[in-house]
Amino acid sequence: MSDKVLLDYGSGGRASQRLISDLFLKYLGNDELNRLNDAAELSMSGRISMSTDSYTVDPIFFPGGNIGSLAVHGTVNDVAMMGAIPRYLTCGYIIEEGLPMDDLEKIVAAMGEAVKKAGVLIVSGDTKVVPKGTVDKIFINTTGVGDIIVDPAPNGASAKPGDAVLLSGSVGDHGLTILGTREGLDFEAKVESDSASLNHLLVKLVQELPEVHVLRDPTRGGLATTLNEITYSSKVCCELIENDLPIKPEVKGGCSILGLDPLYLANEGKFLCILPEEYAEKALEIMKADPLGKDACRIGTITDTNPGKVVLITQLGGKRLLGMLEGEQLPRIC
Amino acid sequence: MSFELLEKFRDPQLSRKLLDRMQGELTEDLRFMEVCGTHTVAIFQSGLRSLLPERIVHLSGPGCPVCVTHESEVNAFLDLAGKDNVIMATFGDLMRVPGDKGRNLKKAQADGARIKVVYSPFDTLKLARENPNDLVVFIGVGFETTAPTIAATMKMAREQDITNLRILCFHKTVPTALEALLMDVHSNIDGFILPGHVAAIIGLEPFKFLAEKFGKSAIITGFEPLDILQALTQMIDWRNKGEAHAVNSYRRIVKDEGNVKALEIMYEVFENTDALWRGIGNIPDSGLEIREEWELFDAKKEFGIVITECPPLAGCKCGDILKGIKQPDECPLFKKVCTPANPVGPCMVSTEGSCAAYYKYKLD
Repeated sequence: MSDKVLLDYGSGGRASQRLISDLFLKYLGNDELNRLNDAAELSMSGRISMSTDSYTVDPIFFPGGNIGSLAVHGTVNDVAMMGAIPRYLTCGYIIEEGLPMDDLEKIVAAMGEAVKKAGVLIVSGDTKVVPKGTVDKIFINTTGVGDIIVDPAPNGASAKPGDAVLLSGSVGDHGLTILGTREGLDFEAKVESDSASLNHLLVKLVQELPEVHVLRDPTRGGLATTLNEITYSSKVCCELIENDLPIKPEVKGGCSILGLDPLYLANEGKFLCILPEEYAEKALEIMKADPLGKDACRIGTITDTNPGKVVLITQLGGKRLLGMLEGEQLPRIC
Repeated sequence: MSFELLEKFRDPQLSRKLLDRMQGELTEDLRFMEVCGTHTVAIFQSGLRSLLPERIVHLSGPGCPVCVTHESEVNAFLDLAGKDNVIMATFGDLMRVPGDKGRNLKKAQADGARIKVVYSPFDTLKLARENPNDLVVFIGVGFETTAPTIAATMKMAREQDITNLRILCFHKTVPTALEALLMDVHSNIDGFILPGHVAAIIGLEPFKFLAEKFGKSAIITGFEPLDILQALTQMIDWRNKGEAHAVNSYRRIVKDEGNVKALEIMYEVFENTDALWRGIGNIPDSGLEIREEWELFDAKKEFGIVITECPPLAGCKCGDILKGIKQPDECPLFKKVCTPANPVGPCMVSTEGSCAAYYKYKLD
């Protein structure tokens, strides 16, 4: 194969076939994918969770992962947040002509590792190569399906006054890593993306607890935006205790330099769990027993005081609104 | 500064003590203005605003550089964006500032204008080197905090023979604006929390007139809750004694004489000039312009840009808000027509603008 991805590789001809067999099947292959049919033949029954996401992250390689692992983790997590066991993924690549073949191999290898860890299969795929300049290096779309194993499924509109709000670990790590890498900033203390598949831990949670009202991963827009979405859909208020929010000192430091708020930065390996007070302790126990939830903690309570709003009780004991993010966070002047 | 040390300036018990003391000592309603947008945000973000005694009216002054950038200046940089062979470089805050005809840089970018958001003016050197056939125009908006870095960037560009960098200089200086505020008959301010960052450059001297000429207390203050509470308690104490002083309480960062080196570099490249402030109008000697020796960098000269007074945006009360005459929620457009998604005035755009802070943090 050439050392760069050429337009030929997306043509559907021999070059495409070589790319499929030498690269994609090597890392992602399984009985279903290896058949190379037009579509996958799957058997599923009952209620299904399904989600799709397109990954366009810049830079494509970052501390803690790359666009390939992220494309698996992100969709696996979205499917699992419905109280589902993720089963199958599809994967579509749009590749910019000229992408180094080594980079593509690293990305596909990372995907292979991520699907193995998550216990899912990629059963259908597509590759397009487009002329230089029409996309930025590589975009990946993944769609995932899974079996919902609880009834009712956790839902953003199901938070109830009195519920405890739990978070599986520190926030802001992924967002700051991406922005820092993009700007070529070298932080003194290493920050790393938290990108990971959370499905095994989530399945344990919903199986072992009698009731979980909301599961949500605070990805784009961060913790603050996700909580605002939940309070809006559930018509409740979320009171957060600032002192209890887990933010690593190095993330706090990096954010203060860049003028960013970690509560609005994306996370790719964390989730919010909102459930009745009486199950909060058990839930934390389950989360902390898993490496991906070892820093889990309670961050607040659902109330009925200011429906649709997130209220932060600050370190000083003051109260303020924690609103939704307007557009992207922009670096400040002073 | 280490974060452990900073944490001490956030101590809830000490803050509570100061708040109680303040409550006990207040004998009248007092109006304090913080001049810097970072203070505005700090007061809201820490929840301090919800804890201040009711008799303290907290005003946000003309200290957010985006907010005081004049309508004509905004239109001028919007006119440049999209010109052939021009790459605009800017701090992110300016991307959504509305100009006339609903224009802003975000929309210009979507229409194909080449606009690069930078974290530091030094990033423009690389941008200029990488695009030798284009002119890189940096929008120089900011106070004495930003101007020295831009001056240093120009010096480096000269040393490195970079000839395709231009600065669109809209810099403003803070003390002259405070004087203009106090000259306004409508203004009603009892004391100032002075901008810690600006003071780090210019020092205490340029603020002394506030106490000496106008009898207003003014304290150079840090950005943590205890810094702010200490300044307020001190000013209430002076007020009760019938005194007014201008002092530096931010000694861990600010030297009384300021940053002499930064001032030297700033005045090597820039000189004082009149400037238009949004909502306030022309203030003599309140701006910076590029000296003749550096005119090769001057985007105003390159493109023949002249900034003149123009009518303010209809209905927008940003001007009165910057002067502390009105509070953001007293503006008829606030939250109804003017929101962060669809800002009418600049105080709603900048993250450090007072309207944006009210919108974002204030519980109804």
